Amino acid sequence: MKKIPLQVHIALALLVAGLLLLLPAHLKSYGIYMLSYWLVFIIATMGLNLTVGYAGQKSLGHAAFFGMGAYTVAIVMKAGLSFWLGLPLAALLCFLVGIVLGFPALRVQTIYLAFATLGFNTAIWLVMRNEEWLTGGTFGINNIARPAFLGWSLEGNLAYYYFILGTTLVMGLLLWGLLRSPWGKAFTALRDNPIRAESLGINTRSYTLLSFAIGAAYAGVAGALFASLVQFIEPAPFAVNASIMMYLMVVVGGPGYFLGPVLGAAVGVVLPEWLRFAQAWYLFAFGSAVVLLMIWLPDGLLSIPDRLRAKRLARDASAARAANAQRMGAKA
Amino acid sequence: MNHAQHSRATGAPVLKVSGLKKAYGAIQAVGGVSFEVMPGEIFGVIGPNGSGKTTLFNSMLGQITPDAGTIELNGQDVTQLGPLELNRRGVGRTFQTLQVFGKMTVRDNLIVAAQEHQGSMFSRIFAPGDSGLGAKADALIDQFRIRHVADKKAGELSYGQQKLVDIAMAFMSEPDLVLLDEPCAGVNPSLVGGISTLLKQLNQNPQMGKHSSFVVIEHNMDFVMDLCHRIMVMVEGQVMAMGTPAEIRANKQVLDAYLGS
Repeated sequence: MKKIPLQVHIALALLVAGLLLLLPAHLKSYGIYMLSYWLVFIIATMGLNLTVGYAGQKSLGHAAFFGMGAYTVAIVMKAGLSFWLGLPLAALLCFLVGIVLGFPALRVQTIYLAFATLGFNTAIWLVMRNEEWLTGGTFGINNIARPAFLGWSLEGNLAYYYFILGTTLVMGLLLWGLLRSPWGKAFTALRDNPIRAESLGINTRSYTLLSFAIGAAYAGVAGALFASLVQFIEPAPFAVNASIMMYLMVVVGGPGYFLGPVLGAAVGVVLPEWLRFAQAWYLFAFGSAVVLLMIWLPDGLLSIPDRLRAKRLARDASAARAANAQRMGAKA
Repeated sequence: MNHAQHSRATGAPVLKVSGLKKAYGAIQAVGGVSFEVMPGEIFGVIGPNGSGKTTLFNSMLGQITPDAGTIELNGQDVTQLGPLELNRRGVGRTFQTLQVFGKMTVRDNLIVAAQEHQGSMFSRIFAPGDSGLGAKADALIDQFRIRHVADKKAGELSYGQQKLVDIAMAFMSEPDLVLLDEPCAGVNPSLVGGISTLLKQLNQNPQMGKHSSFVVIEHNMDFVMDLCHRIMVMVEGQVMAMGTPAEIRANKQVLDAYLGS
């Protein structure tokens, strides 16, 4: 399989950018809302992809950070303060709590770590539900305003969509830069072989904590955008099932693939909408699709090119061996 | 002048192990082992299975804490240090089983092997992807004759090629001391000679501007006798003999217990 030329990449990127810029103007309110929702989940799962896909940790607590980001912005704005204060505060708070959540990962791994993070999610969810004085409890917080950006009101759905699109792009570029830096290699080394990584001077402790913290900060930013998108938040969207869904998005898209969250979030957010024609059967159809994906593509949708490449390499190697054996036979 | 330079200038040992002991329950795996490794020396450790070589190695690498004794690196006590700190102080290692990063390219495996020695952790966020180590990685790739697979994922290579990558990684950070754990394990006979030649070159590497010291555990006696300057024979956690390859070959006790006729 030949490498795809750069021009094809650029053309494809321009096509996607054109669609994302022009398509929403022709969509109804719900369509714009769904696209915005998808972008918010792309940001959240970009962070989870760093923690799970690149650094090899297990986290079933990502929705807690998503919720913390949402509640931070909602509470800050209800206090009469600016969204622009709430947004960095949400990211910072999640970053710091993410470090704390990373500590269990220094002691336990695999399913044990998954359960530890799941417990964390449950604890945060209970705080959201029970601490009514702060979070509004099950009644939640409503009338969350949308901000203005450089004097430009983001109150309209389309305007807010473009703001989320811009933020997604910035967050994507930041992550791209991080993954291209030596930190990216250190995260991958940590995932592939932590013992070897440590023997090469890679501080596996620090990188483990950072993978949780940075991933959490991404969820915090996504949560902040989510609060102003839906304009009403209550604890339900931040429960453990949301964390499992986010994990599924990362796995379906392809853990450790940069664009995995784009596809994964589409499967998690958009596919259920497309399957609504099946009415009562839509959850069954969605579940079946996921089962089939996991059976045939356990490394996610973006692993398809790699699988094809591996098959070609195996075929070539087999042909080379056969030719070699034939030559040896002819000599003998 | 740092500690390593001081060791080279004064001829003081790079590694000094004194009275090292480690027991697992009632079994004394290592029972008071002492030896020194001088700058530029290749020091072999041989012995039958269960003689305590691996426990000794793991103690020197900070993976287990000895019950008694001390380990000094360039005159500094490092007995309680872990693998991370030891690497930062100039200890490289290879593993008996393959330990490459399978999903990274060969070139990236070499770069990641030394990147943490460049600048601070914070500064590395803004560093180029190759941490400025691209040329050095390419030099080692050429020296190990793995140029044709440099851009392949390490996990896709043959066992022998991965073994070469594993060894090359240990030398990327220009360590003072390299601990080689069975570098010939599972390697075909033609490659064994190649690994021996490479290690001799690296031991006298002019690019490093210094002589690295090696400690080698290996069961391939021809390889050990050809490569090492001195050899220590361990049996049941004790040092049975220590000397040059010729002395070890001539030692009747060693012949009876380990080498045979």
